[in-house]
Amino acid sequence: MDEKQLTGILEKYPPSNRESLIPILQEIQDVNGYLSESMIVEVGKYVKMPTSKIFGLSTFFNQFRFEPPAKFIIRVCHGTSCHVNDSNSVLAEFEKKYKLRPGQISRDGMFGLEITGCMGACGIGPVMEINGDYYTEVKASVIKGIIDSYIHKEE
Amino acid sequence: MSMKESSGNMLNKDFWIQNVLLSDAGEYPAEIDKKLKYLRREKVEKPLIMVGMNTCSIIAGAKKTYDEIQQYLEERKIKAELVAVGCDGFCAMEPLVSVQLPGKTRVAFRNVTSEKVSFILDSILNNIIPEEYTLCQFPDNQHELWKDAEFQRDIPFYSLQKRSLLELSGKIDPENIHDYLAFGGYRAFLKTIRNFTPEKVCEVLEKSGLQGRGGGGFLAGTKWKLAHSTPADQRYVICNAYDSDPGAFSNRALIEANPHLLIEGLAIAAYAVGTSKAYIYIRNDYVLATERLNKALKDVVSMGLVGHNIHGSGFNLDIIIRKGAGAFVCGEETALISSVEGKRGMPRTKPPYPATMGLFGKPTVVNNVETLANVPGIFRYGPDYLNVNGNEQFRGTKLIVLNGKVKNHGVIEVPMGTNLRSIVFDIGGGIKNSGIFKAAQIGGPSGGFLVGENLDIPLDYSALKEQGIFLGSGGITILDTQNCIIDTVKFFMDFIQKESCGKCIPCREGSRRMLEIFENITKRPIAESRHTTLERFKGVMQLESMAEVIKDTSLCGLGQKAPNPVLSSLNLFRSEYEEHIFDRNCTAGVCKELRLFHIDVEKCTGCTVCKPKCPTEAIIGTKVHPHFIIEEKCIGCGICFDVCKFSAISVR
Repeated sequence: MDEKQLTGILEKYPPSNRESLIPILQEIQDVNGYLSESMIVEVGKYVKMPTSKIFGLSTFFNQFRFEPPAKFIIRVCHGTSCHVNDSNSVLAEFEKKYKLRPGQISRDGMFGLEITGCMGACGIGPVMEINGDYYTEVKASVIKGIIDSYIHKEE
Repeated sequence: MSMKESSGNMLNKDFWIQNVLLSDAGEYPAEIDKKLKYLRREKVEKPLIMVGMNTCSIIAGAKKTYDEIQQYLEERKIKAELVAVGCDGFCAMEPLVSVQLPGKTRVAFRNVTSEKVSFILDSILNNIIPEEYTLCQFPDNQHELWKDAEFQRDIPFYSLQKRSLLELSGKIDPENIHDYLAFGGYRAFLKTIRNFTPEKVCEVLEKSGLQGRGGGGFLAGTKWKLAHSTPADQRYVICNAYDSDPGAFSNRALIEANPHLLIEGLAIAAYAVGTSKAYIYIRNDYVLATERLNKALKDVVSMGLVGHNIHGSGFNLDIIIRKGAGAFVCGEETALISSVEGKRGMPRTKPPYPATMGLFGKPTVVNNVETLANVPGIFRYGPDYLNVNGNEQFRGTKLIVLNGKVKNHGVIEVPMGTNLRSIVFDIGGGIKNSGIFKAAQIGGPSGGFLVGENLDIPLDYSALKEQGIFLGSGGITILDTQNCIIDTVKFFMDFIQKESCGKCIPCREGSRRMLEIFENITKRPIAESRHTTLERFKGVMQLESMAEVIKDTSLCGLGQKAPNPVLSSLNLFRSEYEEHIFDRNCTAGVCKELRLFHIDVEKCTGCTVCKPKCPTEAIIGTKVHPHFIIEEKCIGCGICFDVCKFSAISVR
């Protein structure tokens, strides 16, 4: 994201207004994928708040990322129902086979693993989402096939 | 979604305002009534196909089904109306497609994944019912019945529900305001602002006995009155649409299927409290719900139902959608308020309650989606509206999300006081895959467990409280004998520990210590030295007293209720705890680190594949001779089990 885009977003909100801080950060992340330090500094100048305060706020919430996201974001539902349907075995498989733990990104930047709150498809859990594609009743044994299909797509 | 074909779009704003919204008579003139019947799709001129399309449906494949139907119709040049409606709550049957042919009753098909589309449509468009995919038909006295389809009222999932909030879910297009208006939407709101003073509105609501559905059970009318009577230059109303309990999504289901119901309720609340600014605080990952709310807001503004000087009443209203940034604690009202203010979402002590000092220090009413969705009905039908359902103490209905190992999972609406056994076994249809019922977990991380004997209690706040359970957002997770209670409680503790905001010590430190204890008892001590066994016992002895301390001393509801699952499970499943602690065994086989592996001497060929893989050197043996696992060293990782080619290793 360049400076122009950032200014474009900032100008939509009234300056020196703390109330719009979270919406500003959310919009930047929607466009840019993550919040970089320089952007946070710019936002701070606009809303007239110290950078440290904005970092304090944005690290409090789970939504904000401070590193560029992976190309494919694998989101595994961690609701109660998915848990009782053994979503842990899915996470364990990622750790075992791909050395990926929730919150981590693979070394080539292709896959990032995240856990999410309840996605609301409780009966057909465990639910997994990769960039908008949903997989239901996921078992550890099918993960390799799914991941391979994304690797293929890339090639 | 681009699926607007409804004839409603051809009608202009004036038609709605003059003939429908402002008509005081109970019944519309015959000509208008006829028009509305078509808009309500009670009568159809060409085949009508409706696909349930909420997030849950899309995950189950409804989007693909919808595209497939569209293609089917285009290819065969069939003139039909295809509408994406909301989910009617029966998630187990999704993707759910219903078809209505002119002159015939509507009939619903279950689990219509895209490959079944052409078969089902081929049959039904030729007047044949494909029985194996038919869920039910919706009989009325105006249409010819299908011969081989069950009636909706004969299916326990529907017949035992009392649907007032969900009445229109699955019947209307949530992205088309005309659908909602045709069913009498926004008439209650206009009637209210034209005929009632704000004081009167608060009074009516108080009289109706509507209690906050978030769990507190506080009378909503009293809260409104308090905010209204507090002198201030500005007041606020916030709709809490944050439902972030893992396993409860009733608010989202309601918004996605019928966003206008919430907006109408919120608008009435804003008028009663005397505010010109209302917020809807919604979870950030509820993309579709936010999209539908945005569309609905755009429509109400263009209809002049929200905005400046609404229909000449002098009442101004601006509704703002705020996306939460992902913190469970923001479901608590004071944390929510501080997040809207642009601060960390941390709760503060009450009093002062938000109703007197809330957002930016002004009187603020925070109601959740379900509470506000009850409001339009009360003003449409009068203060006795809620009395039809529920018992004396708790009036109206409650939305419940049934999930876990239950057959008919989904969102249901039952009268307060409904027997819990009937919810689980009649509406829920019992346990799926012929499993055996073990417990019902009610209320998520702030709730507790109920076992079979205790299931015969009514669903209401006080009866559940006697069992130490807090209904919360209304999620019920059914566990069967393949689930481990300790593991489930550990899951909740892990959740609370991660989501604790960190402001008060009992919750921040206590939840972490409790999680550590749970981690300790669900794994085998690696070395008996260094007092690990003693630590284990000590930890468990402290579990109960620690839970009590956290309950008594935490700052907000999140912390105060966090030990509930622990206390409730200690009460009901003490033997399971003891089994984990003393026998180091998990009967359900869920706690993986407690597993014990054993090598069958008959099958082991002594290939030595497993020996070097063992991380703790627990396997001994020489080439060609059967190997042996030293139990004391085994940590139950299961690597040997996975690598054995002769299935010689078994799990105890």
